Amino acid sequence: MLNVQNYDNFNDILLEYEDFNYEKYLSEVSTKDIELSLKKEHLNQYDFLNLLSPKAFSYIEEMAEISKKHKLRHFGKVIQLYLPIYISNYCSSDCSYCGFSKKNRIVRKHLSQEDLEKEAIEIAKSGIKHILVLTGEASKKADMKYLKMAVTVLKKYFTSISIEVYPLETHEYKELKDLGVDGLTIYQEVYDKEIYKEVHTSGEKTNYSYRLDAPQRGADAGIRALNVGCLFGLGNIYSEAFLSALHAKYLMERYFDAEISISMPRINNAAGDFTPKFNINDKTYVQFMLAYRLYMPNIGMNVSTREEAKFRDNLIDIAATKFSAGSKTDVGGYTDVDKSTAQFEISDERSVEEISSMIRARGYQPIFKDWEIIR
Amino acid sequence: MQDTLILGGIEFTNRLFTGTGKFPDKNIIPKILKSSSSQMITVALRRVDTQAQEENILNYISKDIVILPNTSGARNAEEAVLLARLAREAGCGDFIKIEVINDNKYLFPDNEETIKATKILSEEGFIVLPYMMPDLIAARKLKEAGAAAIMPLGSPIGSNLGMQTIDMIKILIENIDLPIIVDAGIGKPSQAAQAMEIGADAVLVNSAISNAGNPEMMAEAFDMAVKAGRMAYVSKMAQENEHAQASSPLTGFLNA
Repeated sequence: MLNVQNYDNFNDILLEYEDFNYEKYLSEVSTKDIELSLKKEHLNQYDFLNLLSPKAFSYIEEMAEISKKHKLRHFGKVIQLYLPIYISNYCSSDCSYCGFSKKNRIVRKHLSQEDLEKEAIEIAKSGIKHILVLTGEASKKADMKYLKMAVTVLKKYFTSISIEVYPLETHEYKELKDLGVDGLTIYQEVYDKEIYKEVHTSGEKTNYSYRLDAPQRGADAGIRALNVGCLFGLGNIYSEAFLSALHAKYLMERYFDAEISISMPRINNAAGDFTPKFNINDKTYVQFMLAYRLYMPNIGMNVSTREEAKFRDNLIDIAATKFSAGSKTDVGGYTDVDKSTAQFEISDERSVEEISSMIRARGYQPIFKDWEIIR
Repeated sequence: MQDTLILGGIEFTNRLFTGTGKFPDKNIIPKILKSSSSQMITVALRRVDTQAQEENILNYISKDIVILPNTSGARNAEEAVLLARLAREAGCGDFIKIEVINDNKYLFPDNEETIKATKILSEEGFIVLPYMMPDLIAARKLKEAGAAAIMPLGSPIGSNLGMQTIDMIKILIENIDLPIIVDAGIGKPSQAAQAMEIGADAVLVNSAISNAGNPEMMAEAFDMAVKAGRMAYVSKMAQENEHAQASSPLTGFLNA
C-alpha cells in the first residue's frame, strides 16, 4: 500500500521512482512473479508493474476474468454516458502534440453565452445529462468569469458538470464546485519531466508541478470526481502507465471520499502532424487497462471516441465504466455554426442513440443520469 | 400467518426489500418486483430523472410499490439532507434511506453524519431509514434522532460476503426497539434466511439479484428464503447445540 500520509504531494512519490530502472525490472519479472501477483487480493505497485510487463501478456485472459468480476462488483452491468463540450480553443501554450497549440494556424473560437446555450440545448436533446467542459490552456481568454458563466448556463441542462481546463487554484476550484461543478479531469499528459519540457515549449502549460498538483487542489476544494491519466505516445509506455496509476492510487488513498477515474488517451491525428515516439498497440493497451483495474478494482475508466468503435465496444465487458458518444472536439460542433478546427480526429462517430443500443445489445444498461447538482 | 411489518404507517406483508441499481436493463425491474413479491424498492435520487420518459427509473415501478429513495453520493449530513429534500420534490414520497459514505474503498457508512441527517430529516417529517455500521450506541442515537427503522450492514456493499456482522446485528435486534432491516452484503438466499432467522425484521437485497445470471429467478429465490427465515424465527426454532445432548446428565440424580 502507498502510505500517502507520509507525503505532501504526489511529486514526493515521483521522486522516489526517479532513478527506477524500469527496463531492468520488467526484463527480470518471472512468470512466477506474475502468477503470485494475479493471486493476490490486494495488489501493491510492484504487482501492478508485474502485470504491465510484456511477459504478463500471456496471462491476459486470466486478467480479463478478474477485471470483469471487479467491474461487476463495483459498478454492475452499467455504462455511464457523457459528452464533451469544447467552449473555447484559444490557447496560450505551445504543445507539440496538440491541435489547439498556439502556433497552429487553425480556426479559433470562443462560444458566447448565446452560442453556448444553443449548444447545450442541442446536446440535451440526445438525453445526455453528464457534460465535460473543455477549454484550451488560456487563463486570460477563458478566464474564471467565463468558466462561471459556462457552468451557470450548463447546469440548466445537465445534472453533472466536469471540467477539463487549465489548472486552477484551490479557491478557484472551490468557487466552481460551489456553483455546481462535481468533476475534474486533468491529464498530466506525460509524467517524464524531461519529455514534458520537450513537448511543452512555451506558455502556461510549461509548469509541470502546478499541473501535477491540480487534482489534489481540486480534491481539497471538495470536488467529488477526479480523473487523471497520461497521453500515450509521449513517453515510455511502461513508466507512464506505472506513474499515472500511482497518481490515481495516491489520490484514492488520500481522498477516501473522492471518486477516482483514469483515462488512457492515445495520440490521434491532430493539426501540427505530431508523430508519437512511443506507440502502444491494441493488445498492450488492453493489457494495461486490465492491470489498472486489478491494481485499483473500483477505479472509473473512461474510453473516449479517440478509440475505434469496435475496439471500444469490446472493452465494455472487461473494464470500461464510462463512454462518451457522438462527441465533437471542435468549438460549436453540435450546432454546426461557424465551426472551429477540431482538437483531434474522432475515431468513433456513432450517435448517443447508436452507442446506447450497442450497450444494451451487449447486456449493459446505458446510464444517462447518475448525479444531481445539490447546490 | 398474519405477520406484517409496519413502517411509516404502511403495512408490509413482504419482508424482502429490493433495489434498482446495477441492472443490465431497466425492464428487468418490474419483473423482479413481481417475482420477488417485494413491496418496497430503493432508488438512488442521483439516478432519478423526472424530465426523461424512457430513462426515468420511476416509470418502471408500479404505483402499489413503496419507493424508498436513497441519498447515494452524499458524503456528509448536509449533502444527505439536500438530496432527501430533492427526492421529496421529485415526488418520491416521505420515505428516505440515508446513505452517507465518505470512504470509497469499503463504502462504509459514516454513523456520525448519518445521525445528524436523521435528526434534521425526521424533524422535517421524513420517514427516515438510516443505513449504518452496526453499533449499539449509534443505533440508540439514531432512535433518539427519530429514525423509523435501523438498517445495519451485513458486510460491505456489493461484497456478497453475507452476515459478517451477525453478532453486532443480534445485539441491535435484542436492544433496539425499532425494525432492524439488514442492508448490504447479502449475496445468497441462505444469507438472507440467516438474517431473518436471528430476528431481523426485513432485508434489502440489490446486487445479489441484479448481478445474477437470471435476476428474475434469483429475486424469487430470495423471496422464498426471506419467508422461510421469518417463519423459522416466528416459530421459535430450536437452538443449536455443539454436542449431542443426553437427557439430564448433570441433574438426573435428582430423579433417581
